[in-house]
Amino acid sequence: MTAQDYNFAYLDEQTKRMIRRAILKGIAVPGYQVPFASREMPMPYGWGTGGVQVTAACLTPDDTLKVIDQGADDTTNAVSIRKFFQRTAGVAVTEATDQASIIQTRHRIPEAPLTEGQILVYQVPIPEPLRFLEPRETETRKMHELEEYGLMHVKLYEDIARHGTIATSYAYPVKVEGRYVMDPSPIPKFDNPKLSDSPAIQLFGAGREQRIYALPPYTQVVSLDFDDHPFVASKADHDCDLCGAGTSYLDEVITDDQGGRMFVCSDTDFCRARREAGHVGRLGTPAPSLEAAQ
Amino acid sequence: MTPDALTGGFSDAPVQSAHAFRASLEAMARPGSLHTLTGAIPPAPLSVAAGVLVLTLCDGTTPVHLAGAHDCAPLRDWITFHTGAPLVGAAQAAFAIGTWDALQPVSRFAIGQPDYPDRSATLLVECATLSATGPRLHGPGINGTAQLSLPETAAFIANRAQFPLGFDCFFTAGAHVAGLPRSTIVEAL
Repeated sequence: MTAQDYNFAYLDEQTKRMIRRAILKGIAVPGYQVPFASREMPMPYGWGTGGVQVTAACLTPDDTLKVIDQGADDTTNAVSIRKFFQRTAGVAVTEATDQASIIQTRHRIPEAPLTEGQILVYQVPIPEPLRFLEPRETETRKMHELEEYGLMHVKLYEDIARHGTIATSYAYPVKVEGRYVMDPSPIPKFDNPKLSDSPAIQLFGAGREQRIYALPPYTQVVSLDFDDHPFVASKADHDCDLCGAGTSYLDEVITDDQGGRMFVCSDTDFCRARREAGHVGRLGTPAPSLEAAQ
Repeated sequence: MTPDALTGGFSDAPVQSAHAFRASLEAMARPGSLHTLTGAIPPAPLSVAAGVLVLTLCDGTTPVHLAGAHDCAPLRDWITFHTGAPLVGAAQAAFAIGTWDALQPVSRFAIGQPDYPDRSATLLVECATLSATGPRLHGPGINGTAQLSLPETAAFIANRAQFPLGFDCFFTAGAHVAGLPRSTIVEAL
């Protein structure tokens, strides 16, 4: 089957218009979840159907697409979506953050700073930050309407009462431009500061829940906290064992059943670039390109 | 229907509308920035940029209101043929097209509901020229401040005061487009 059997970027034009209108309204009201008529996609819910639809509506043939899953370019979800758009849209793909014009991400923001002209598309499982506190859509909609976010602060307070600190470590709620409380998708709270004042356009797509929301560039995004328990963008207290980076978000990898473990950058492109630049971590070996040069 | 109504659409709709959407997304996400839209040849008095926006965003589910001189037979036929959008009065419109004067009073247009602020009109405001001069803008999408040659400031200040309700605007002149979402704070200089 060839790409010509599909419309450009898979979706039909009527669907793309509907998604594009939702994206524009989302941009106009930052943080507000715009309902849209999410389509069945040729992948299961939970695999990024919302992000894929937003990406399909934004793609042009001139774009270079990067897809990451928890920071990695080479995991099943990322590879599948990248191949999907290579086949149906014929776009160029890359693993380098700075060369991509559209980056679809599952649960991470790349370590390399984003730039103007880039679009970051998030895959969102549950777009409603209040959903686990109030299951009724009619009620949460009313709470957003009335700007009634006390329940979210109670939840964070209960974290402190129980654990002594705010234990929420991912999908950490944020307030956008002082108005809407928004779920930043399950990114680690380490990434929350990168949401604010970003030069790139950030779009969020939730396929199963049929919501699109957006952050225009240079939008103020504040992680909720308390004066005496300020927000902390935490990460594992280690350096990357492959590239030695001390500032990147780390994954913990169990290496044996004797308690052995290593910490590696979750952003594979960032880690690769550092290793190719000659940085070596505790358990790392010089990058292949350097070995060949020697 | 005039025969001219059948011409002037996209020749390669998926690709041309994708480029047009990206330009309009950048325009709306970065208020005050100017972008170029091409690909449509709409009948007068509709500008190329407004014509491209109509082809990119309007269809049978989006009621369109034509204001003033834009409410003419060739344009009605062209929009009907190319998009199938129903042509309606101002209060029902999802998109309204006209000069700023013809669109008055802008309080006629939908500003959304408190629980669904997205159910608001988008105005395509036809201008003679567009430039990065005039009233100062700041807010989401703007790094510091920007300037845009708005037709007035009072209406946009009043529109911002209703946030998160309000209408959103595209300003078009020839092939150029600029965006002004309801979130932008406008100051007269």
